[in-house]
Amino acid sequence: MTLTADLQTAGAETSSGRTTTPLLSIRNLHVHFVTSRGVVRAVEGISYDVRPGEVVAVVGESGCGKSVSALSVMRLLTKPTGRVVGGEIMFEDRDLLKLSEDEMREVRGEEIAMIFQEPMTSLNPVLPIGFQITETLFMHRTITKDKARARALELLKLVGIPDPERRLDQYPHQFSGGMRQRVMIAIALACDPKLIIADEPTTALDVTIQAQILQLMKDLSRRLNIAMVIITHNLGVVARYADRVNVMYAAKMAEQGTAEAIFARPRHPYTIGLLRSVPRLDKPRTSKLETIEGLPPNLLSPPQGCRFAERCRAKQDACIVEMPPLEAVEEGHLTACLRAREMAEKGFAAVGLARPEVKTIERKRIDRSKPLLELKNLKTHFHVSRGLGFLKGGRATVKAVDDVSFEVFRGETLGLVGESGCGKTTVGRTILRLEKATSGGILFDGQDMLGASAREMKKLRRRVQVIFQDPFSSLNPRMTIGQIIDEPMLVYGLQPNRKAARARTGELLLSVGLFDYMADRYPHELSGGQRQRVGIARALALEPEFIVCDEPVSALDVSIQAQIINILEDLQEEFGLTYLFIAHDLAVVRHISDRVAVMYLGRVMELAERDPLYDDPQHPYTKALLEAVPVPDPILEGQRSHQVLGGEVPSPLNPPKGCVFHTRCPLASEECKREVPQFREIKPNHYAACIKL
Amino acid sequence: MIPTLLGVAILVFFMLRVMPGDDVVEMMLRGEGADVPQHIIEAERIRLGLDQPVIMQFFSWMGGLLQGDLGTSMWTGRPVAYELGIRLELSLQVALMATVLAILIALPLGTLSAIFRNTWIDHIIRIVSIAGLAVPSFWLGMLIILFLLTVFRWIPPLTFTPFLEDPLKNLSQLIWPALAVGYRYSAVATRMTRSSILEVMQEDYIRTARAKGVYERLVVARHGMRNALLPVITVIGLEFAFLIGGLVVTEQVFSLNGIGRLFVQAVARGDYTMIQGLVLLVAVAFILVNFLIDLLYAAVDPRIRYS
Repeated sequence: MTLTADLQTAGAETSSGRTTTPLLSIRNLHVHFVTSRGVVRAVEGISYDVRPGEVVAVVGESGCGKSVSALSVMRLLTKPTGRVVGGEIMFEDRDLLKLSEDEMREVRGEEIAMIFQEPMTSLNPVLPIGFQITETLFMHRTITKDKARARALELLKLVGIPDPERRLDQYPHQFSGGMRQRVMIAIALACDPKLIIADEPTTALDVTIQAQILQLMKDLSRRLNIAMVIITHNLGVVARYADRVNVMYAAKMAEQGTAEAIFARPRHPYTIGLLRSVPRLDKPRTSKLETIEGLPPNLLSPPQGCRFAERCRAKQDACIVEMPPLEAVEEGHLTACLRAREMAEKGFAAVGLARPEVKTIERKRIDRSKPLLELKNLKTHFHVSRGLGFLKGGRATVKAVDDVSFEVFRGETLGLVGESGCGKTTVGRTILRLEKATSGGILFDGQDMLGASAREMKKLRRRVQVIFQDPFSSLNPRMTIGQIIDEPMLVYGLQPNRKAARARTGELLLSVGLFDYMADRYPHELSGGQRQRVGIARALALEPEFIVCDEPVSALDVSIQAQIINILEDLQEEFGLTYLFIAHDLAVVRHISDRVAVMYLGRVMELAERDPLYDDPQHPYTKALLEAVPVPDPILEGQRSHQVLGGEVPSPLNPPKGCVFHTRCPLASEECKREVPQFREIKPNHYAACIKL
Repeated sequence: MIPTLLGVAILVFFMLRVMPGDDVVEMMLRGEGADVPQHIIEAERIRLGLDQPVIMQFFSWMGGLLQGDLGTSMWTGRPVAYELGIRLELSLQVALMATVLAILIALPLGTLSAIFRNTWIDHIIRIVSIAGLAVPSFWLGMLIILFLLTVFRWIPPLTFTPFLEDPLKNLSQLIWPALAVGYRYSAVATRMTRSSILEVMQEDYIRTARAKGVYERLVVARHGMRNALLPVITVIGLEFAFLIGGLVVTEQVFSLNGIGRLFVQAVARGDYTMIQGLVLLVAVAFILVNFLIDLLYAAVDPRIRYS
């Protein structure tokens, strides 16, 4: 009972100033999923409050139960596998869990609305969006068609969709991802709900669009006094927008408190680990990311004691005996750690959570005499046909990569960043000759790759390898890990026979932090992070010189992401590898790269050494991108100006004339619409394509 | 469409010619029931144009086709187009009724089956639809006739009453063959509807609809079924071939003088021109149905309409 008692006192203390009762109050919620392998205890005894008009964040990694707890509030768990087995969810004065199905239906959309993660799939593709907005109204109000349409129009204006009159009758596929998420918000707002639950509302969006959507949500919740629950794994988002934060780990609440307290004085080793393992734009780059080693426990049979104990550096014997209760360390700040008070009094070092010594960044051995890889005016265009079947009509050209030139030197990491559709992945695929270049040249170690014959290409492929983004789909599910890694070695005859190859595979697995016995397992038996390690081991099997890393960490949780980045860095050091690191996460790219190229709509906008690029960006697009990234520090976030870059990335089918960025550029003038800017050296070794510089 | 039809025409023409047996002799024998002198056979052969080299026969047939002339039946002596024309209405009506029946059976049953997945409702519907695949339609036809005869002492009339003359009489006659064929037709569509709805109900937009507070019934009908329709429509188009196959025998069972029966007769009589005409007709029908299905796609799915 300590838990509820503590919560109540904490609630009373914080609300002493404002006497608001919570709008939503989750008490001791338990959710189970019945699967063929047993009962997954997805949520175990979590409690949190949301007061009217407040923005509350629920943070945690995948599988920690954060979304499940939100879906429980809406009573939308997948039936019959998922069920709430205990606790109560008080909304105003009703327990939502006790309502009849029909009473609950009246609550959904009318009093509590929800926004989901995937804007691409969350709208019904066969219904016009106007209909999808008004449907909510018809379900809850007696309203005429005209009035409903007028309201839908008003909502579209409110969420910032241009030309709403025409847009009402269009279908979801005619909207971009960001615009669809705006439509989702319009649907959620339709009946003036008191609470909106947003489940990873911006995870699938590009950083500039993410900033727009979050800004919009925050404005609306302030203006319309709507309380919000934001479920996310992104600590930057939390810092920028949340009033209070709940950190979940393995189905349990680890820590809760105000955003300010959680970021400034975290008192749970997991929270501390999370905060430290994210590469940050606001802090100087350290040589190594701090990681949380290991994996979260299996919720089929969770450990008896503290869920985090196994991965915790502050672990004591008492931790594995019993799950520590959630207790207050200060007003309104609760944590489930036995050593929280000790931590508060004596500091992190006293409990074994000192930051590991920051190694001085040793100069990498980069050979700048001649480039290992050289791209010369590379163009990759795709021809797409419009329409389907008998409705076919015409062909169009997508200029995925348009006139891109850069060099990568032996031993360095070149980061390639940009929003989705900018062509960064196509650059990588063209280098690997997985796409056909339209024109231009690629030289690898002085040898022309585009003109290489099949036999020459086979030799080159050994030297140029790739790590793909999705560790779930890039490994053949019917092959064991051993077979996957053996195969390239046997194809190239690097090992005389299967036995020798398997021995080498064992070594490779060890070098990426796995165990050699894993060679007999199948991909589905491994976690996402482990599979990505397998992907790295497979790339290393051929002893390549150059590796194209295509978003290698974007599908992974933050704590796992840090582990993979560290491995990539270690391997580069050990084998003298050269990386082309393609990613959309600016902080990750900054952490790992020596030089960085920023792409937009098939062109390179800016290219420079890492520090000059991040500290003194020249191109207006780079500036806007850096501005849009939320930093995990609420105080710093409060001080930033948040100049959100408006508009969206134009369709690559019909890119703007002149400078491709002029439609969104704050500096754009008439000349920008006419002239394609030269990619030129603005400062020594700092290149940008902008006529205003 | 044109290349497909040309291919069908070439195939059916030459496949018929490689079939063994002298059709003229057979025709005469069956017609007269006696020994026919050689010179009469020869004369008949010349009259039917069968004395020409096969390639010449083909070109003269193709020449006629291009002018819209399907030729003359070798058996009845009347134009093939005429013979087809008088039977088309009946078969078209049965086919149409069978299709409508099949859809009326498949969509609700498939949807129910999906919503009550793994309950007794699902099991019963599964038995019903799998039985549809297993039971040949002519046998089902016979059962229906037996049933009507023993229970209601009623047997479908032998003469065809056109719909416009007496709709009720017409429907009461044709509903039974349509049912016999349509049941088989519905079986695959029911299974497809079930799996398609199951898949669609997992989609994110279904969750969105529920989160908006849409009535569960509407979630299924408005958000689920329409999206689940595409694969079902595809199956209905593909299964149309089986519908024609079903018609051929079922018309025989219900002694309806339609295209299907004509088919059986033409093959039995070795009536080359008639078979050719029939095969072309079926090919045209199949192509038209699938064209309609393409149009339906666009009507159901706006992504196809606009892209």
